[in-house]
Amino acid sequence: MFWPLFFLVTAVHAELCHPDAENAFKVRLSIRTALGDKAYVWDTDEEYLFRALVAFSMRKVPNRETTEISHVLLCNVTQRVSFWFVVTDSSRNHTLPAAEVQSAIRMNRNRINNAFFLDDHTLEFLKISSTLAPPTDPSVPIWIIVFGVIFCIVVVAIALLVLSGIRQRRRNNKGHPGVEEAEDKCENIITIENGIPCDPLDTKGGHTNDGFLREDERLTPL
Amino acid sequence: MESTSARVVSLPEDEELQPWEGAGRLGSAEYAQPGDVEEVRPKWGNPLQFLLACVSYAVGLGNVWRFPYLCQMYGGGSFLVPYVIMLIVEGMPLLYLELAVGQRMRQGSIGAWRTISPYLSGVGIASLVVSFLVSVYYNVINTWAIWYFFHSFQDPLPWSVCPLNSNRTGYDEECEKASSTQYFWYRKTLNISPSIQENGGVQWEPALCLTLAWLIVYLCILRGTESTGKVVYFTASMPYCVLIIYLVRGLTLHGATNGLAYMFTPKMEQLANPKAWINAATQIFFSLGLGCGGLIAFASYNEPSNDCQKHAIIVSIINSTTAIFASIVTFSIYGFKATFNYENCLNKVILLLTNSFDLEDGFLTASNLEEVKSYLASTYPDKYSAVFPHMRNCSLESELSTAVQGTGLAFIVYTEAIKNMEVSQLWSVLYFFMLLMLGMGSMVGTGTAILTPLTDSKRISSFLPKEAISGLVCLVSCAIGMVFTMEAGNYWFDIFNDYAATLSLLLIVLVETVAVCYVYGLKRFESDLRAMTGRTLNWYWKAMWVFVSPLLIIGLFIFYLSDYILTGTLQYQAWDAAQGHVVTKDYPTYALAVIGLLVAASTMCIPLVALGTFVTRHFKNREKFLVS
Repeated sequence: MFWPLFFLVTAVHAELCHPDAENAFKVRLSIRTALGDKAYVWDTDEEYLFRALVAFSMRKVPNRETTEISHVLLCNVTQRVSFWFVVTDSSRNHTLPAAEVQSAIRMNRNRINNAFFLDDHTLEFLKISSTLAPPTDPSVPIWIIVFGVIFCIVVVAIALLVLSGIRQRRRNNKGHPGVEEAEDKCENIITIENGIPCDPLDTKGGHTNDGFLREDERLTPL
Repeated sequence: MESTSARVVSLPEDEELQPWEGAGRLGSAEYAQPGDVEEVRPKWGNPLQFLLACVSYAVGLGNVWRFPYLCQMYGGGSFLVPYVIMLIVEGMPLLYLELAVGQRMRQGSIGAWRTISPYLSGVGIASLVVSFLVSVYYNVINTWAIWYFFHSFQDPLPWSVCPLNSNRTGYDEECEKASSTQYFWYRKTLNISPSIQENGGVQWEPALCLTLAWLIVYLCILRGTESTGKVVYFTASMPYCVLIIYLVRGLTLHGATNGLAYMFTPKMEQLANPKAWINAATQIFFSLGLGCGGLIAFASYNEPSNDCQKHAIIVSIINSTTAIFASIVTFSIYGFKATFNYENCLNKVILLLTNSFDLEDGFLTASNLEEVKSYLASTYPDKYSAVFPHMRNCSLESELSTAVQGTGLAFIVYTEAIKNMEVSQLWSVLYFFMLLMLGMGSMVGTGTAILTPLTDSKRISSFLPKEAISGLVCLVSCAIGMVFTMEAGNYWFDIFNDYAATLSLLLIVLVETVAVCYVYGLKRFESDLRAMTGRTLNWYWKAMWVFVSPLLIIGLFIFYLSDYILTGTLQYQAWDAAQGHVVTKDYPTYALAVIGLLVAASTMCIPLVALGTFVTRHFKNREKFLVS
């Protein structure tokens, strides 16, 4: 007695859900790519979960809070795994508009992905593009911070070297004034013999001649 | 390191002094005859500093990004044959010549060549001009290395992902058409304009990095050999540490052996290709930094008794070994990148087929791809022919044979490989730090080449202290270098890179060799060297200097000239943002004028100064004659 009803239901099902039907979406899963050895088998229980999640998403849409799992129809499940689905309204005669289904899926995409341990690439809703996560931009670009640090170090090092050079030159100038007329004034020429400067004795009377080693360096102190 | 133990008065040098007549006096190593008054020239703290300075100068970016390219283009392992032959025949003799001249004359390039013959001081001036032009554009490479180095401290690396487009549904168009590394280089780093005519403005980010690069160079050369001697310990050794780390990492990468096998399989037929020999000669020549005056400047700070023959051989061998070592690293990285791209390509084809035919996920693998393809082609011919145009032909060979050199290798190919390694930030930081060390080492040598003649000149050094001269040189070079930070800057960089130094250096070194052998006299030079170092000159060096090396250089010179003349109009590679790849364009006339000016600025110095000296002497003699 129920057979005609059964055929009617299947006929309606086939009408509403078939590839490229109005308001139908194709879904493609790549379970083995995502999970490798831990891949699960896609069976009717997984399909039930999927339908439940779609129904859950539709319930979040205003005016569609009464969507039931039985309103979600799946068809043409292939080995890939891929299939088509539509969401019908309470009368089961019409499918809900694609725009509503699309916005509902987009809002809850993350929950759907996580339930199947997949992500946007391995669980694809063709024709529903996912919003890509924007790259996080820190308020100050990191490279400027590193630049600032190195810049300061280099500038400080240059300043130190230049200042020490100026100080050294000033010290040398104080020690030897009038260096330019040196050719004529032999007292300012320091001659080097064996690497030790010997001062001429007449200009600095009373100084020791460094040409000889200082005796007390060789003798052990008392 | 400063070995000036006492302040000694310097006699103002008489410009007309003919020191070669007093050559015998330089006999004793200490040349401290009692009561002598001598000028103390700054010296290296120990001979190792000199060696490391030469190594740091010679081992530069060319070893890392030009030699692997040449190896790949001219037959892999068999390229080593012309390379080693040219090293022995051309590299070592010319290097020894320059070091010997510098050590003997104990002055920078201008003073040294003026000492050999007053008519040839133009050679020194030409070296100075070439060094200046090279320093202006070479530091821009350091700028880019600094930029990438600073950007390596981010997660994820900025060149590994494409930025999103405006409505966040996909990636930026230019980035999609090219690749993320190319996008980062052409758009974010250079912000390149479509052609050389569109200059754009100076961009502040590269300008900042250029300023920093010049400050670092100033820091290194500010005190002359005192600071340079310490810096080269670091710049000479650090790149080797990084190369060794990269060698270990590179050899353990997946697919590295593919690259190494591809590179080292010798293709013997390339030995018959004259271009292989010419490129080997050119690479040796430019890689050693001959003719720029840097080697002469370094050697002028040596003790006269220093054994520069030993150093010349050591430096040239180290330079070539580093090039081969760097190419092993480069090819393992190439192999990794090629294998990665090849496997990506295969995966894309597999995905395409799996999706179009709804096959089970994971059924298609790389091993059964071909059989399945033929099965599908026979079973579903219509569907297959619809899908077929979208399927790319994946080939490991074609990935490996993409030969890249120069900035493309360093900043696009390497970064692409690095972004796929684990802990990519660390590898990126290490790599760009190494590039920076190599570049800075060469910059320090070039800076010394410019500064030594300037500080030697009494007129300039009496006005300004050494620090101020270095500061002025760095400031002027930095200001000119701002041209390269404009949007069309990379095109101007290519002009400088290709034309500023090539012909001029060949001419300079040719005149140098001829001057030493024929103008100064080989016998006199030989006796000078014997007096200086105590060693006799081997017949091999004499043969090379007199015959072989000048002939080789003339050959290279003729080849370059004929190459330029035969190609007709000069062209350049411009980046097309709409298509996402480079296109070839012609240079406008003003760019050609700049090229001509660059070449003329240095080469014309030699004849002009010779002419000028001749004219002034002629007038002086006439005056003397008229007065007497």
